[in-house]
Amino acid sequence: MFTLRSTLASACIAATLAMSPSLAETPSDVLVVAQNIDDIVTIDPASAYEFTSGEYVANTYDTLVRYDAMDTTVLAPALATEWSVDAANKTVAFTLRDGVKFHSGNPLRGADVVGSWTRVVALDKAPSFILTQLGWTADNIDEMVTTEGNAVTVRYEGDFAPSFVLNVLAARPASIVDMETVMANEVDGDMGHAWMNKNSAGTGPFKLVTYRPAEILTLEAHADYYQGAPSMSRVVVQHNPEGASQRLQLVAGDVDIAKNLDPNQVAGLTDEEGVRIETYPQAAVHWISFNQKVDALTDPAVWAAARYLVDYEGMAGSLLDGQMKVHQAFWPDGFPGALTDTPFSYDPEKAKQILADAGVQLPINVTLDVISATPFVDMAQSLQSSFAQAGINLEIVAGTGAQVITKYRARTHEAMLLYWGPDFMDPHSNAKAFAFNADNSDDKYASTTTWRNAWMPPEEMNAKAMAALGEQDPDKRLGMYLDLQRETQAEAPFVIMFQAIKQVAMRDNIKGFVNGATSDYVFYRLVEKN
Amino acid sequence: MPLPNWLRTTLLTLGSIAVTLLGLLFVTFVIGRVMPIDPVLAIVGERASQSTYDAVFQELGLDKPLIVQFGYYIWDVIRLDFGTSLLNARPVSEDLARVFPATLELATLGIFIGIVLGVPLGVVAAVRKGSWIDQVARVVALVGYSMPIFWLGLMGLLIFYGILGWVGGPGRVGIFYVDVVPSVTGMILIDAALDGNWDVFKNAFSHIILPASLLGYYSLAYISRMTRSFMLEQLSAEYITTARVKGMSEWDVVWKHAFKNIRVQLITVIALSYANLLEGSVLTEIIFSWPGIGSYITTALLSADMNAVLGGTVVVGLIFIMLNIFSDLLYKVFDPRAR
Repeated sequence: MFTLRSTLASACIAATLAMSPSLAETPSDVLVVAQNIDDIVTIDPASAYEFTSGEYVANTYDTLVRYDAMDTTVLAPALATEWSVDAANKTVAFTLRDGVKFHSGNPLRGADVVGSWTRVVALDKAPSFILTQLGWTADNIDEMVTTEGNAVTVRYEGDFAPSFVLNVLAARPASIVDMETVMANEVDGDMGHAWMNKNSAGTGPFKLVTYRPAEILTLEAHADYYQGAPSMSRVVVQHNPEGASQRLQLVAGDVDIAKNLDPNQVAGLTDEEGVRIETYPQAAVHWISFNQKVDALTDPAVWAAARYLVDYEGMAGSLLDGQMKVHQAFWPDGFPGALTDTPFSYDPEKAKQILADAGVQLPINVTLDVISATPFVDMAQSLQSSFAQAGINLEIVAGTGAQVITKYRARTHEAMLLYWGPDFMDPHSNAKAFAFNADNSDDKYASTTTWRNAWMPPEEMNAKAMAALGEQDPDKRLGMYLDLQRETQAEAPFVIMFQAIKQVAMRDNIKGFVNGATSDYVFYRLVEKN
Repeated sequence: MPLPNWLRTTLLTLGSIAVTLLGLLFVTFVIGRVMPIDPVLAIVGERASQSTYDAVFQELGLDKPLIVQFGYYIWDVIRLDFGTSLLNARPVSEDLARVFPATLELATLGIFIGIVLGVPLGVVAAVRKGSWIDQVARVVALVGYSMPIFWLGLMGLLIFYGILGWVGGPGRVGIFYVDVVPSVTGMILIDAALDGNWDVFKNAFSHIILPASLLGYYSLAYISRMTRSFMLEQLSAEYITTARVKGMSEWDVVWKHAFKNIRVQLITVIALSYANLLEGSVLTEIIFSWPGIGSYITTALLSADMNAVLGGTVVVGLIFIMLNIFSDLLYKVFDPRAR
């Protein structure tokens, strides 16, 4: 009997071992990434508006000018080799690069540039507002963007700094698509939108092979890429929403990069042989805001006190360890025009004094809406504890991202803990969000922090935000944004607390992975394996 | 002229299915619409302009009365059009055709493990009541009931994948076997077998065995306890004592008499367990990156993607109805009184 049992057990173990996968490293020309990709709604650059779809577009499409993988902080020529702005500052003339080919093999033409932008404006999907800021409409776009030979002329309505216009044209929806291929796949007047959600038609270093939502995204090197074919013949992004199992995959050598690890999981890898952690400052800033429709939150003394009721260093050093750093201005550190002063620190006594001097009636009881995910709930709990020191009681209301945004958009929240990332890398993107409000009426919806918190900035601040947008002198313009950041630090009903940091774990042999300040600057084309 | 029996039964069954599905859809539809989530925002994002927002609001028909919206939806469903998912801009029917086979494959293997181990364990525990085997069965079931599946799944991955390397990691198949065999059924094990590609089969098996065992373990815990309970009731009946007095072997007493009489009850238990697994085990799917219907419906629900939720609800509703019908048929096979 004993022999029979032993034989059975041995057979079971042998059978299981026979089924074991080989744990060899990934091939030298294939990059395998473990990442949560379930945020992707669409992958058509005319509508792609999520983090992961931004990474996809960055690797499959190009714009005329862009923040390139070689240096993500410098706006460089891409599909355009040169450009000039006219004296009246109403037109930019671009010269297209010769010899650029789309994934289909079609050559890049001026008509593709005109068609791509016309398509974005006509489809009117979520990111279209980035281009329509230039005064483009479905009716006038054919006059605003014209082409002849390899020249493209861009006109815009409004007083804009040239750098602003170029930053808009470097943004995701300004990606150039192969119009011949796209329109050949048009169905029911959708301008190829459905087809573009399953295929790529760009000039970028990679082309799409497979995309199955919340499952897998596979890219293949574009051999004719104008800057040279990438070293990796394939990039496979495997959906994995769970950081703990991403970590196991990385250690086992089944993936080269793990992107969604929390601080504990990162800490657990610090001594792991063959694995290293890279950190990348991000453009998103995290803040707490106060809705001005709530009487108890309208006193500027409450806003001033709140700036001393955040345990900045405590949070950054513990529950946010490695994920965020203290930053107290609306434009992120690392970009021209960023204010890096951190004048506020946790000082409940000072906060109490401010409230007492202003005669604010305490306690103040308000709800604090927060997305029910790590680390936001932990941050909310820390704020709840520190604000209570001065008699401001925050009742935490946790909800899904969609729930929180629904309330925020309707201006029915009281206090809100959220974050903001710029739509394009120009300080106006954030100045408009934090220091400008054209009309505070309920029916004048604007997707800005100011309108959503029902706050009307002082006239001078509004005027300065618009003046900075049109300022021609680059240095003076940056100075104006510094002033705006100081002013919002002093007199706005929100407290900017942190700037995000991205931690990415990767195998030691991975070189050349680029992760810029936003998802639009995540590049695989320089990746090599030693 | 009265309808023939078979026709009347068929019509009644179909009517019952239609009413059940309609009720299920109506309740889900209303819940979806009263949830404090704006489905338009799920599509356009939080920074879209008011004009973009308004256009999508109208496109979704949200400006119409609820009952009219429901009417339009039912009309589409009758034409097998479940609409487009707000979360990935693809037809819901296409999504369901992708995620349901993944869950079906996992759940079927899971319930197979649960039955093969759970039923004998329950029978033995009943026959050897109070013995060490009974105690072990109790502990196994207790752990199965009380251990969070999230924790157990991660521990399983850590030990069998991370440390021992006996099984494949998250995902249905290794990265380099993706799309190697043509998709016929959507179930990779079957598709690989049909294609005769045993490398893919082996790799897919190494990926499915751990999550399936996990689900099988949870089914086992329930099935074994119920089997034990049913068997104890039968073993204390007088006809069992009579069989023993007649000198029948213990094997025959247990399996030919007692067990035979619990089959109908067991069918109900197994059908319920299987239906639960087919709904999709959300946490298991998350841990193992298994693109199944559970995580699909959950993600959709949290983002107010009601087309996806309702499409998933139809599938889950149909599963329950079909398993009920199948159970009824099996009752008739195993119990002559039910014929």
